[in-house]
Amino acid sequence: MTDQAITTRTIIGLEIHVQLRTATKMFCGCPLKFDAPPNTCVCPVCLGHPGALPVINRQALAYSMLTGLALSCDIARHTKWDRKSYYYPDMPKNYQISQYDLPLCEHGHFEISVEGDTRRIRIKRAHLEEDAGKNLHDVPGCTLVDLNRAGTPLLEIVTEPDLTSAEEAFVFCTELQRLVTYLGVSEGSMQKGHMRFEPNVNVAIDVGGTEYRTPIVEIKNLNSFKSVRGAIAFESQRQTAAWQEDHDYVLGKVPNENRGWNDDRGVTEFQRPKEAAHDYRYFPDPDLVPVDVTDEMLAGVTARLPELPIARRARFMSEFGLSPKDTEIIVGHRGTADLFENAVKCGAPVDILGKQFVNVWLKLANDRNVPVTDLSVDAERMARLASMVADGSVSATAANRIAEAMLDRRDPPDLLADELGLVQVQDTGAMEAWVSEAFAANEQAVRDALTNPKKAKASAGFLRGKVMRISGGKADPKLVGQLIEKRLSELRE
Amino acid sequence: MVSKLDEQAVRHVAHLARLSVTDDEVARYAQQLSRVLTYVEQLNELDTEGVPPTAHALPVSNVLRADELGHPIQQEQALHNAPRQQDGFFRVPKVLDQETA
Repeated sequence: MTDQAITTRTIIGLEIHVQLRTATKMFCGCPLKFDAPPNTCVCPVCLGHPGALPVINRQALAYSMLTGLALSCDIARHTKWDRKSYYYPDMPKNYQISQYDLPLCEHGHFEISVEGDTRRIRIKRAHLEEDAGKNLHDVPGCTLVDLNRAGTPLLEIVTEPDLTSAEEAFVFCTELQRLVTYLGVSEGSMQKGHMRFEPNVNVAIDVGGTEYRTPIVEIKNLNSFKSVRGAIAFESQRQTAAWQEDHDYVLGKVPNENRGWNDDRGVTEFQRPKEAAHDYRYFPDPDLVPVDVTDEMLAGVTARLPELPIARRARFMSEFGLSPKDTEIIVGHRGTADLFENAVKCGAPVDILGKQFVNVWLKLANDRNVPVTDLSVDAERMARLASMVADGSVSATAANRIAEAMLDRRDPPDLLADELGLVQVQDTGAMEAWVSEAFAANEQAVRDALTNPKKAKASAGFLRGKVMRISGGKADPKLVGQLIEKRLSELRE
Repeated sequence: MVSKLDEQAVRHVAHLARLSVTDDEVARYAQQLSRVLTYVEQLNELDTEGVPPTAHALPVSNVLRADELGHPIQQEQALHNAPRQQDGFFRVPKVLDQETA
């Protein structure tokens, strides 16, 4: 059997925890702060004190429904809360409030584009739960517990095992991050642990028509896209090799297991067999009454659903004729895309705006390390600058200088162009004079342009540069080119 | 009387609740808990055909709060009843299993 050719197929499902962007916790009014001193964002509810009662955060519920809708899920009209019991010092109540058999969102899908192909990944469910606190282990002989994070609202999104490669999983996770930030339901900061991933991975191995499946491995708590890709790629190879080594390494004969990703060594490490998995003893939480999602609640959330990134990208390319690369850059963030679109609405010519947006505005924002939406240049002024280039009143180069001036002053770009002396002269009389001056001062170039076919083009360009310099950048380069051609053909006759 | 809950089940539940029980206690609790289950089982005599499942004893739903800041307590208060504390943290015995489930 070992000599036979084998083909393998990796089967991947993902569980993703997304931290919601609420001001306060899921079941109490404690603030969500990332680096507050330990145990300062706590109260009797999130400390799990006896008798303290949880109350559901309305905003967390709305954010979850919005995400569910964006993932094409059915939103449950009746949902409830369950206790998931386990003992761990970062979980003061000894149970986590979660949703077990009646999750808020179910049966959805999310489309991603992988190397040009559209893949539809089914979403099994998405439910709300509370986060645990943090255990610090780097103290000898004891564990220190900070409960600031305890009770943070999390949306747990579970996919069907529809992903087939590490790359696909990587794309899925990055697109999901884009989606939740687009929706504004999460900050989606990886550094702050706003998204945590747990892939379930196994491999289907085909040997001459017979299929073997390796045991399912759950990789715990990955907190970067890179680690998702690395851990899945490693597991896929490790499981295939383990089966080749021992053909009894198959589902059913060897227990499923949990493994952890070692980022430094680039390997997964065994944690525990799933046989010993916790028995969570889920049961309905008597402290919380169910949520019945009304028509009004659903309509309110549906009205807030924006155009989603994948649809917007397609539209920006077809409607505005933007390149895939520029579209990717502009649509990447909702505010950026909104700004662009508003500038178009304000009458900006799309082709010039597209170039200016990427090469001028985004560059200026990048240099200053701020989002383009924080540049204090609104859509209307951006549109005006693009229009000025389009109607020839300033050159594209001059527009760069005007743009920089616009960052410091809120005056209309026309005024700034005037002050900076960058308004292009359309007056042919003035331009004729500059052309004469340039021709008189550069006789050799004129001769080359007229008589030396090898240098004709370069010389004409050289003369144009001279005219532009004499004009102090105010001449319309296109018009200057035409005038030079005209003058040269007159001389030829 | 037939034991509804065998001794193995009692040991399992005790383990889940992190309780240590002696062999005598296991035998005694198996009997007692079985009697409790038998008593509760009387509910099965009721005909619940057509009665929708309920998740809560009260006919109430949608008790929600606005996402507004409440009243967190001081660190000192939070740690006040902790048997041990260090640098503003609760201090507990070393956790060996790093798994947070």
